[in-house]
Amino acid sequence: MIAETLRRFVADELPIDARNKAAYGERGHDPAAWARLAELGIAGALFPEDAGGFGGHGFDIAVLFEELGRGLVVEPFLGSLMAGRALAVTGDHDRLAAIVAGETIVAFAHDEAGADEVADIAVRADRAGDGWRIEGTKIVVPHGEAAGLLLVTARTAGEAGERDGVSLFLVDPSDPGVTRRGYTNIDGGRSADIGFDAAPATLVGGEGAGAAAIEAATDAGLLALSAEALGAMEVVRDLTLDYLRTRQQFGVAIGKFQALQHRMADLLLEIEQARSAVINAAAAFDEPTSSARSRALAAAKYTAGRIGRMVAEEAVQLHGGIGMTWELPLSHYAKRLVMIDHQLGDEDHHLARYIALGRDAQGS
Amino acid sequence: MNLNDTAEQAAFRLEVQQFLRDKLPRRLADKVRTGRRLGKADMEEWHAILNERGWLATHWPREWGGTGWDVVERHIFEEEAALAYAPRILPFGINMLGPVLLKFGTDAQKRHWLPRILDGTDWWCQGYSEPGAGSDLAGLKTSAVRDGDHYVVNGQKTWTTLAQYADMIFCLVRTDNSGKKQDGISFLLIDMRSPGIEVRPIRLLDGEAEVNEVFFTDVRVPVENLVGEENQGWTIAKYLLTYERTNIAGVGASQAALEQLKAVARTQRRGGRALIDDPLFAARLARVEIDLANMATTNLRVIAAAAGGGAPGAESSMLKIKGTIIRQEITDLYRRAFGAHARPFVEEALEDGWNEEPIGPDEAAPAAAGYFNNRKLSIFGGSNEIQKGIITKAILGL
Ligand SMILES: Cc1cc2nc3c(=O)[nH]c(=O)nc-3n(C[C@H](O)[C@H](O)[C@H](O)COP(=O)(O)OP(=O)(O)OC[C@H]3O[C@@H](n4cnc5c(N)ncnc54)[C@H](O)[C@@H]3O)c2cc1C
Repeated sequence: MIAETLRRFVADELPIDARNKAAYGERGHDPAAWARLAELGIAGALFPEDAGGFGGHGFDIAVLFEELGRGLVVEPFLGSLMAGRALAVTGDHDRLAAIVAGETIVAFAHDEAGADEVADIAVRADRAGDGWRIEGTKIVVPHGEAAGLLLVTARTAGEAGERDGVSLFLVDPSDPGVTRRGYTNIDGGRSADIGFDAAPATLVGGEGAGAAAIEAATDAGLLALSAEALGAMEVVRDLTLDYLRTRQQFGVAIGKFQALQHRMADLLLEIEQARSAVINAAAAFDEPTSSARSRALAAAKYTAGRIGRMVAEEAVQLHGGIGMTWELPLSHYAKRLVMIDHQLGDEDHHLARYIALGRDAQGS
Repeated sequence: MNLNDTAEQAAFRLEVQQFLRDKLPRRLADKVRTGRRLGKADMEEWHAILNERGWLATHWPREWGGTGWDVVERHIFEEEAALAYAPRILPFGINMLGPVLLKFGTDAQKRHWLPRILDGTDWWCQGYSEPGAGSDLAGLKTSAVRDGDHYVVNGQKTWTTLAQYADMIFCLVRTDNSGKKQDGISFLLIDMRSPGIEVRPIRLLDGEAEVNEVFFTDVRVPVENLVGEENQGWTIAKYLLTYERTNIAGVGASQAALEQLKAVARTQRRGGRALIDDPLFAARLARVEIDLANMATTNLRVIAAAAGGGAPGAESSMLKIKGTIIRQEITDLYRRAFGAHARPFVEEALEDGWNEEPIGPDEAAPAAAGYFNNRKLSIFGGSNEIQKGIITKAILGL
């Protein structure tokens, strides 16, 4: 239901030209569209009732993000999802309500250069009076500039490499201790590298015990990105199929060449594999934390990375020169598909995690 | 088979290396190494440096200002230049039109056009492809109709690389509609400043404005600009293809790109160690390195055959396919190497005069754009599917 609402909204209000204008524009998204999406209550589907939403299951998240992928939507849903899921764990319900309602754009400031796991976090937070101050740099934070609120992961104890000692903080990005360097992403939307120079911060959840909340956020993010990739793949498949049927060379539609037919068949097959990976991950998402659950999420993101690249490259190739043009929607889908592999860990990272998690499961 | 240089070849290699050390501007090499955009002036600068040394036209005989090199010398030069991160020589005038004029041009045409290619008076572009004629090039429709001592040209070319800088365009045009489509094509040289020509840029997915559409409306072209006979254009185009596909493997350029990739992989970190020590990344790197080493020898085998008098035929299709796949794989690993920092897209950072602090590692800015831009390698110059078709027919006889 909500997916249909979203699909109609995207078709009416965010067709590709409008999307590109916003995605590559100064704000990196369309604030008016975001406000309308909030009115429609879309983000509510990402959260369970006790968190103020009306969904929140793995399949709710997957279905919504698949639709966002189909529409190549750059609105800041990922930040809402990830920050919201983390705050749901820490129990910060007021803030959560504003996020679910879409009133606040929140960015989940987590990535650091060379850090792929919670344990790798090196940005530090130290006590100052009865509050905290954060020091360090977070990179490529989606909508980091547009955000009115930052949820920041930082180390309050221990050393990089330790899972304990990591905490979550809310930071007001307008504080002078926060420097945001924003830029357009190659696949559209804007991100920011965010520097914290003794920036005042409010601890949420237990000190040094943020790992569970952070993982709740990244788990949801992995599912969301995998589903978004699937949605983008479906559109790419349809666009390419359509092109094979209409583009004429040597007096026939190029779809008549068996060499291309088989390539298209491979694409179809692999996209169905990607769909199954998302289904596996969505089903596992609702299970209690376990290595099997984590493996399903890693498997989905690995699959999205591997197949996303293949689908993007093949679709461009099958289009020939036109597939490389800015003017064609396809090229923007191709860019998004490849760049999803640069968010929350790439295909190799998740393959390695999958192997390590399997080892753990056998060992226990 | 001997993979080593002979004594003379080794001496020549040293001479080329010395020249590159002395004359290749550091600024240009840095741009090529890091994948930043080369402007018109950059390309002209490098052409002028080569021309001064007499090393610009590596396919031309000495009497016309070329090097007169054999296939092995040419290979050594191309390899060393690529390894030193020299800009590529723009192929359109030097490697495409030049050989065509030398083979099919009149004496007057050679005397007029060849020196102007060398000294950079004319910037040439290639007007083959049309919206309806890509892989099926012979399906081209742009027409040239004889009117006294002129041809009147109407139609449209597309994907014309760097036409925005061009003084001249060589075109395949239709001069006859009556018979087989290949038999009604002519090869025409057209002044880009002629009334009736309009150039419109095409923006590529990475923002690059390297290709254009070129529209012709009643453009008058003097008949002396016809190369070869009327309706002989297809023969010329096929002849030119053999030149278009020399150095198609791009071994040197891939080796250079691989070195740059390794340098980045040594400094980037993943999971608490250097990326180059990450087992999965290391495996990707090793695979492409092995592929490249194998292809370097395949390339030498083809060169040895050509040096022995054989004309490179369908073998160049093998090199084109493998060469582009390997190069694309390297650009893929390069963007991977930067992780999250491959995403920022600051176009100004790819151009001259950008002095701001880089976002992330110094060399991250062009990585993703370069990856997307290099998708073209398997599309142009005869797509890899078309090359496989050639192999299927010419080598396999299927
Ligand atoms: C960046 C760039 C620069 C270029 N520069 C120039 C230039 O300077 N001058 C110029 O004249 N042209 C230039 N080209 C054009 C280039 O040569 C064409 O793009 C190329 O010939 C493919 O044609 P097309 O794009 O129309 O694709 P199409 O021919 O429409 O091909 C679409 C797809 O169908 C496949 N296909 C077509 N026929 C067959 C078949 N028989 N069997 C199996 N598969 C088939 C193709 O491989 C491709 O995957 C450039 C192209 C690019 C992308």
